[in-house]
Amino acid sequence: MHADPKGVLTGVHFLDGDHACCEGALAAGARFAAGYPITPSTEVVERFAARIPTVGGLFVQMEDELAASIAIQGAVWGGAKAFTVTSGPGFSLMMEHIGYAAMTETPCVFVDVQRGGPSTGLPTLPAQADMMQARWGSHGDYGMIALCPNSPQECFDLTIQAFNLSEQFRTPVMVMLDECVGHMTEKVVIPPAEQIEIYPRRHTAEPPDRYQPYAPAEDLVPAMAHAGEGYRFHVTGLTHDERGYPSMNVETQDRLVRRLQAKLRPLAEGLELFAASDLGDAEVAVVSYGITSRVAKRALQLARERGVRAGEFRIISAWPFPEDRLRALAGRVKALIVPELNLGQMVYEVERAAAGQARVRGVPHAGGGVHDPEQILAAILEAVR
Amino acid sequence: MTEAIPHNPVEPFLRVDRMPHIWCPGCGIGTTVNCFTRALLESKVDLNRVAVVSGIGCTGRVAGYARLDSFHTTHGRAIPFATGLKLANPGLEVVVYSGDGDLTAIGGNHLIHAARRNIDIKVICVNNMIYAMTGGQTAPTTPATAITSTAPYGAFEPSFNLVQLAESAGASYVARWTTYHVRQLSRSMSEMFQKRGFCFIEVLSPCPTLYQRRNKLGDGLDTMKYYKEAGKIRHGAPTSEAVLTKQGEILLGKFVDRDRPDYLELMRRQLYEQLGDRYQEAEVPVCA
Ligand SMILES: Cc1ncc(C[n+]2csc(CCOP(=O)(O)OP(=O)(O)O)c2C)c(N)n1
Ligand code: SF4
Repeated sequence: MHADPKGVLTGVHFLDGDHACCEGALAAGARFAAGYPITPSTEVVERFAARIPTVGGLFVQMEDELAASIAIQGAVWGGAKAFTVTSGPGFSLMMEHIGYAAMTETPCVFVDVQRGGPSTGLPTLPAQADMMQARWGSHGDYGMIALCPNSPQECFDLTIQAFNLSEQFRTPVMVMLDECVGHMTEKVVIPPAEQIEIYPRRHTAEPPDRYQPYAPAEDLVPAMAHAGEGYRFHVTGLTHDERGYPSMNVETQDRLVRRLQAKLRPLAEGLELFAASDLGDAEVAVVSYGITSRVAKRALQLARERGVRAGEFRIISAWPFPEDRLRALAGRVKALIVPELNLGQMVYEVERAAAGQARVRGVPHAGGGVHDPEQILAAILEAVR
Repeated sequence: MTEAIPHNPVEPFLRVDRMPHIWCPGCGIGTTVNCFTRALLESKVDLNRVAVVSGIGCTGRVAGYARLDSFHTTHGRAIPFATGLKLANPGLEVVVYSGDGDLTAIGGNHLIHAARRNIDIKVICVNNMIYAMTGGQTAPTTPATAITSTAPYGAFEPSFNLVQLAESAGASYVARWTTYHVRQLSRSMSEMFQKRGFCFIEVLSPCPTLYQRRNKLGDGLDTMKYYKEAGKIRHGAPTSEAVLTKQGEILLGKFVDRDRPDYLELMRRQLYEQLGDRYQEAEVPVCA
């Protein structure tokens, strides 16, 4: 299915990441957003509030992030595609409803424009310190999809992909910007609507009397119905059986929670997103994501200028984590260098994937700015010494 | 021999395959559900267009028993979920059915903002003066001196007057009944379906297991007697007078019935005014 042209602002634009993210949501078919203002993310919904009345849909500013993160789910069950946008403190408040979306298999998108933390931290300055929170922030076991754009163009592209993945797998998807990517302005090309692929809602084809809201299809994802269509279905955050009814026992829990993770396996086993360059002859690779990947690019240039065979592995889907690719890479290089704007998060995943085959060295940064490329370069040089 | 099974007129509204329900003998929640189903029947709303949204608690289980599109959400967040549901699909009749703790403690902020916005949702708040599901802790509605599991020497915090709260925040319709006043309660619920805007019905309901018994107030039947004797119907009474105490008078009736433009009406009006023909009303459902 192609994008609805009403939401697609085809053309060449000069946009910041936040605005590009909003255009991505509109192109993906989002017609409902709920939000609560927080720097550095607010521009996404500000643009949405300005654009949506002429596209056909609405924005509602809720009283807090708990409200915003559940209002979007009400909208989804009412038939809309919906998303919310926030940053650190608001992301913390949304955790319960990320779990609710995972448990009830409500397709929706959360955009987190990361800033320095903990707590109020550095409202206007970048960090990448919510990466583990995105994966594990809500209680209980569930799978997760989280994408990390490193440019306004990718904010546009990956927001569309986030909606598509959320519909395909019926799961909440995180788009993990950082303040730098959110506020940097670059060229963004928005293609014509017919060139944008949209994954449609997995609406049931069953009549109401045969419909089981949580009976999984072959790929483990159940089909949805919307309120008001005569299905008279039940949705609960309690452990539930295929009918959607609460069922408080070990067997149902096991079946349900394992399925919530297993349904994402195809994604983890091949569809995960990454970008690689100069890895053919590399003896050391820099593994990074978001704004840090752009700083790493400079460090890699400097390393190559000095004759060091260094290559780039850029993580685009932090979750599912590109584990197999990194394991294979670790078998070919001496060291993996992992700079990130936190004191060590994804580096531990890289270490786990490398499984001792290569040395893994983090280049931590507490946030508030980006690395100096020299810091990353120093780590590269040390690794090959 | 075939014997006609006595047909309960509310059965078509319930998920009979989920019975028996979890509520205790003497609990008032089931009575309110009976009234609700009667109101649905009488007001002839299209059942395929009614959605029930609950939070968490004993009352929160209502969503699971109603044979309607039903959503059992998170603790305190039924109203913002209902807000999203209603705004995305305005043709739905959205009913929020939850407990006093859920709606006025953890969810209190959402309650006042939904009333302020005058979102067209219908809230049924079952007030048993306690957090029942978790074992009888103090709620914002617990009257002074009542014993709860977290106030073993008696509650002392001033409690909320919910009907006054709803009115002050902007609700279009505010009423209070008890589970003794079933006819009036169903009528109020029917009336609410005819109204556009934020409606709030408080229903006093016994929790014999955790409130009445712990406070030596007898069982469900004793509570009915109390509701009957202490209940004073005064439609239109100032909500400021509708204060509840442990065993005092209970002011009942329809306190507020006013017409204010609802959220969507205000939004559409403003956007038409500013954007003229460029304004595109959302299609429903907004995503095929
Ligand atoms: C975030 C969160 N906090 C606490 C709880 C535990 N909890 C479940 S129900 C409930 C209170 C319910 O009280 P009320 O809304 O008055 O409903 P009742 O059980 O009395 O009908 C609480 C505190 C929860 N489920 N979620
Ligand atoms: S604990 Fe109280 S409110 Fe809950 S079902 Fe029993 S009587 Fe009803």
